[in-house]
Amino acid sequence: MSADRISRRAFAGGIAALAAVRRAGAQGYAGLGATAEGFAQVTPGKLFAFPGDHGPHPEFRIEWWYLTANLVDANGAACGLQWTLFRQAAQPGPQGEGWANQQVWMAHAAVTRADTHRFSEVFSRGGIGQAGVTAKPFAAWIDDWEMSGTERTGDRTLAPLTLKASGADFSYALTLEADRPVVLQGNGGYSRKSARGQASYYYSQPFYRARGNLTIDDKPVDVSGQAWMDREWSSQPLDADQTGWDWLSLHLASGDKLMLYRLRQKDGKDYPFGNWISAAGDTQMIAGNDIQMIPKATAEVAGHKLPVEWQIAIPSRSFSILCKPLNPKAWMGTGFSYWEGPISFSGTHDGVGYLELTGY
Amino acid sequence: MKRALWVLAVLLSHWRRHKMQFATLLIGLIAATALWSGVQAINQQARNAYDRAAATFGGARTPMLVAPDTATFSQELFVKLRRAGWPVSPVLEGRVQVNGHSVRLLGIEPVTLPADVGDAPRLGASDLSSFVAPPGQTLVARETLSDLQEQEGTAPPISSGANLPPLRVLPQLVPGVLVVDIGVAQRLLNKPDQISRLLIGKPKGKPAPLASVVGNQLQRVEPNAETELERLTDSFHLNLTAFGLLSFFVGLFIVNSAVGLAFEQRLPMLRTLRACGASARLVNTVLVIELVALALVAGLIGLVCGYFIAAALLPDVAASLRGLYGAQIPGQLSLRPEWWLAGIGISIAGALVAAATSLIKAIRMPVLATAQPQAWQQSQRRWLILQSLAACAVFAVALLLLQYGQSLIAGFGVLAALMLGAALILPAFLELILLVGQRLARKPLALWFWADSRQQLSGLSLALMALLLALAVNVGVSTMVETFSRTFVGWLNGRLAADVYISASDNAQGVAIRNWLKERSDVQAILSGGRAEAQVRGQPVELLGLPDHALYRERWPLLEAAPRAWTQLVPGNAAFISEQLARRLKIRVGDVIEVPAPGGTWELDIVGIYADYGNPKGQLAVNVAALIRQFPQTPQTRIGLIVAKENIFDLIAALQKQFALDDRSVADQATVKAESIRIFNRTFAVTSALNAFTLGVAGIALLTSLLTLANSRLPQLAPLWAIGITRPRLAAIELTKTLAAALFTSLLAVPLGLLVAWCLIAIVNVKAFGWRLPFHVFPLQLVELVAVALLAALLAALLPMIRLARMQPASLVKVFANER
Amino acid sequence: MLSIRNLSKTFASAGEPVHVLRGIDLDLKAGERIALTGESGSGKSTLLHLIAGLDVADGGTIRLEDTEITKLSDAGRAGLRRDRIGLVFQQFNLIPSLSVADNLAFQARIADRHDAAWSSELIERLGLGNLLKRYPEQLSGGQQQRVAIGRALATKPLLLLADEPTGNLDEATAEDVLALARDLVTRTGCGFLMVTHSLHLAATLDRQVNLHAGRIA
Repeated sequence: MSADRISRRAFAGGIAALAAVRRAGAQGYAGLGATAEGFAQVTPGKLFAFPGDHGPHPEFRIEWWYLTANLVDANGAACGLQWTLFRQAAQPGPQGEGWANQQVWMAHAAVTRADTHRFSEVFSRGGIGQAGVTAKPFAAWIDDWEMSGTERTGDRTLAPLTLKASGADFSYALTLEADRPVVLQGNGGYSRKSARGQASYYYSQPFYRARGNLTIDDKPVDVSGQAWMDREWSSQPLDADQTGWDWLSLHLASGDKLMLYRLRQKDGKDYPFGNWISAAGDTQMIAGNDIQMIPKATAEVAGHKLPVEWQIAIPSRSFSILCKPLNPKAWMGTGFSYWEGPISFSGTHDGVGYLELTGY
Repeated sequence: MKRALWVLAVLLSHWRRHKMQFATLLIGLIAATALWSGVQAINQQARNAYDRAAATFGGARTPMLVAPDTATFSQELFVKLRRAGWPVSPVLEGRVQVNGHSVRLLGIEPVTLPADVGDAPRLGASDLSSFVAPPGQTLVARETLSDLQEQEGTAPPISSGANLPPLRVLPQLVPGVLVVDIGVAQRLLNKPDQISRLLIGKPKGKPAPLASVVGNQLQRVEPNAETELERLTDSFHLNLTAFGLLSFFVGLFIVNSAVGLAFEQRLPMLRTLRACGASARLVNTVLVIELVALALVAGLIGLVCGYFIAAALLPDVAASLRGLYGAQIPGQLSLRPEWWLAGIGISIAGALVAAATSLIKAIRMPVLATAQPQAWQQSQRRWLILQSLAACAVFAVALLLLQYGQSLIAGFGVLAALMLGAALILPAFLELILLVGQRLARKPLALWFWADSRQQLSGLSLALMALLLALAVNVGVSTMVETFSRTFVGWLNGRLAADVYISASDNAQGVAIRNWLKERSDVQAILSGGRAEAQVRGQPVELLGLPDHALYRERWPLLEAAPRAWTQLVPGNAAFISEQLARRLKIRVGDVIEVPAPGGTWELDIVGIYADYGNPKGQLAVNVAALIRQFPQTPQTRIGLIVAKENIFDLIAALQKQFALDDRSVADQATVKAESIRIFNRTFAVTSALNAFTLGVAGIALLTSLLTLANSRLPQLAPLWAIGITRPRLAAIELTKTLAAALFTSLLAVPLGLLVAWCLIAIVNVKAFGWRLPFHVFPLQLVELVAVALLAALLAALLPMIRLARMQPASLVKVFANER
Repeated sequence: MLSIRNLSKTFASAGEPVHVLRGIDLDLKAGERIALTGESGSGKSTLLHLIAGLDVADGGTIRLEDTEITKLSDAGRAGLRRDRIGLVFQQFNLIPSLSVADNLAFQARIADRHDAAWSSELIERLGLGNLLKRYPEQLSGGQQQRVAIGRALATKPLLLLADEPTGNLDEATAEDVLALARDLVTRTGCGFLMVTHSLHLAATLDRQVNLHAGRIA
């Protein structure tokens, strides 16, 4: 038979764009960079409204609910987990009922320990209830994976939440608490992704405290730690000549949070961006020329060479750290493949976080 | 190595001096391999097609969930199961009418479709969005596209008036199926939010128990190792295989006689080789290598021939399978490497088996020639007794199978045992005749004639056995086909059939046509029928709606009926059952059958059994009004008319003009009947073709036996020549002997063939097709076959006889010079 | 060169076992030519077969130079025949499907001892030059036996064994063929042991050994 295959992989070809645009992206991911005709446009000055904006925005092409957690088990061993739900609209315009609905959903779940990394992915079409998101009470689900709130869930804090997912050889269930409101990234939630105006709406909840249990190969352990959720939606967030990105979310020991990324361009230049979030929840953008991100060591996983260690400095804040991965083999061999895993850092500041590498 | 090559060269030099022998050996091997592998190629092709059909987007090869009582269920259950962690994917299946053809429509959900549903065709990555996004696509096999007389890219309407999404050819898709997105299928089949089944993929994690999610609304169906189609068509393929095997053995007869003679002639050569210092092991190894090499070459040629045989037969096989079982087989042959390997393997194995006795004899041969010429009479006698004993044992097996066997295999077992036994006993039978002849003979030449025929018996018997088998099969098969043909045509003519058939494009047009027809005086009766499909005890069953019309009572014959059967049919709680379905389900008149209908279970009393020859599906005939009550979706578009013969043409013309119906939508009975008979005839075309091949191979076997025998017969003939019998006279005597042997063989083949026919009709047919036919004998056909056999024998004997008649006296004299 | 000691051979038969050879002692020196005579059933052919390794003795030893033939396996005896012994039979035993040239060459070829110069000398001495392309059935008896002698000597054997080589030939031809054989034996220097019932022909060899009832008389 020919190489014609449908299945997840093929689907991922289409939906890969979703993952790709998470932190901006690269050309060639289903031409997402090309046009946003028919879809709503991202413009500065949007007023966010909660809980409404926790729900889906089908008039935009892509959207995600993206959660990472840095945890420690009862023995003090570090581990991490990921829970991601992507939405993509195959066609602009009003969404039909039932199977006529043109939304497609994809989700990834992963757990990472120093000695192992497990992942799983699922797909679903919209319109029939197999996958979806509601704003109030908050619920995001696909098959038996879900992230859901209760009547008690705060509109501004998006907490408390429960979270669960399972793969063939792992599963987890967490409760997430937070007492500070979500934080708007970029300029009041308007996040520019290139000099030519590609942008997304972007807010985060970096202040979750997480508690629950994690099962790998039928061996459950209790875990606790902190978690970070990103919410982002857009119709054309990528520039055609962007080849990939390196993204970090950092929980500083001081309670401050730092989000950093670098978009790599074909011409060798990159487009760095950062947001410093104080422990109190105030945010401050960091100028691109104030950010230094230098790869220090590479690891080869599944035939890909990946810069898993980073020297990062922000001179204006006297910030200089060295990031190391918990498990350099945290490769997501999903339809659209990338590296994503927990890290720890030390230097002028200490802490833990998550690193994502795409386009390698 | 070099030594082995020299020995091989010496061994091979034999063939250079015996080209005819070499050709015989090759022909035998080629014929055996060609027919066997040709049949295998056809079987493989068909099995591949069944596999594809079974695997098409999760057919019988994938475990699934179905509703126990209803044809479809709500897709909410799908969402419920997914949310409980079940890796299920929905499928909706139904039938639609496209350009007058009824086709299977399969709605699938490509995103959740399990990746491991077998080697079913898949959509390409870029094709997914065009499949799912409006207007979507209809995936179709190329064969189906041409059946529907449509082009790729068009969006033909179905009978409901809606249009299919644009057609797109998907190579490897099984024919006769249209594949669309499940949403499209729900719309086209008018089954909103309904699905037929859920395919189960590989689970992630541990899903909740089924009952805790959906209660008892769904039940799990495990995948079948063997599909419905495979079960149905098994008998057909067994039939083909039996023929292939028969031809294979006949081919091996030829190989056996050629190898036997060649080894016999080479024994002195082998001795010399050994005397000159080639070790026994070396000589034996090289002998085997030579045989294997010959088998390899012949096997390859045989495979190529087999390919062509299969390619030539495949269209007929495909037509048979479609006609008999509704199985769709692509008409183009595609072969796997295993087929080539198996073909070569069978050729080598066959050659080794056929040469086994000769090889063993050569291997055991002492270097020093000590063997004395055996008293042929004594050894032949022992051989005849042994073979007759074996024949009796085989006949006993046949009797046992006949008594206790139940399956189709047992039926074929009876056939095989009968034929093997008859073949084994043939030499004894001929010996008996010759002995009687010898006793009765008075003149010296006549005495010699009989005695010498007896001596020749052992040399000819293999070829005669092959002839007997081929003839018996021929008699059997042609008797069966003729019986079937007469019964079928008689049934077709006797059963009430409308004179004109109309297929309206939809119900509305159907009503309009009926109203228009009521006004016409040339229409004697309007018979509105209807058809629906259901699954009864796991079998697809056709429900045929018959109108309550006096004509049916008169002209619709029943094989068996309860009293007042037709009257009982009217209220709608009784049915007639087709013979094959009755056999399959073991149902008799008076039993009750439960049919799942959209509104619930429909209980039907069986009040009659009718013949339904040639229908792949089981059928139940019910009152049409009751059928529409139970199956409201039944299209009321089929109308039959009873019209006086002279008015048919005008009426059809008027109908076509009034309602813009094309030829496919209106047909007169003659056309429909001709089509049925055409399909029927193709059904047995393959059997007849293989039959002819087998007879041909038997003819070759006879020819080669006679040719090889002719050389060794010179010492017997030379003395007669020396005492004054002319060469032409000798040739005439030889010819008479051959013809006499062939005649006796043919005469034995006739009763054997009739026995075979009886087995085919009374055992194999019933098991394979589900119907039993009355047994007829066709004497003219038998006479014809005997004549053909004699002609074949004459042709085979002619060449050696001409050679004998023209032989130079010197060759005969030499016999004396060489005799020691 | 050939040394036979206390050789015996018995054939089982329907009645009593037949003692074909009883304690034969015989020596044959290099280049020596011996005629083995005796009436039918005296065991002379059997003795020849045992020396050639075509059959197996029941007792005693046969030694050809350093090889004890009576201890060889079937393959060993085949090798011995191939490399060191030439055999000529009464029935010529040519291979009918091979031409004269191929018949002459094939033992030397399977022994891998083919010598082109010796082969052409043999052809010339045997007078087979213009018969090379013919097949055995196209030759007279004398011609066939000359081919057989050529085949046996093509490997330059240590010992030439001949079993009634002239039995199928008329008297004149027999003398010619035997004369050729003697010359060639002298030329190669091999030993020659010939079974014959013709005392006249036996007399032309160096020594005559008469066998009677399985013993040397």
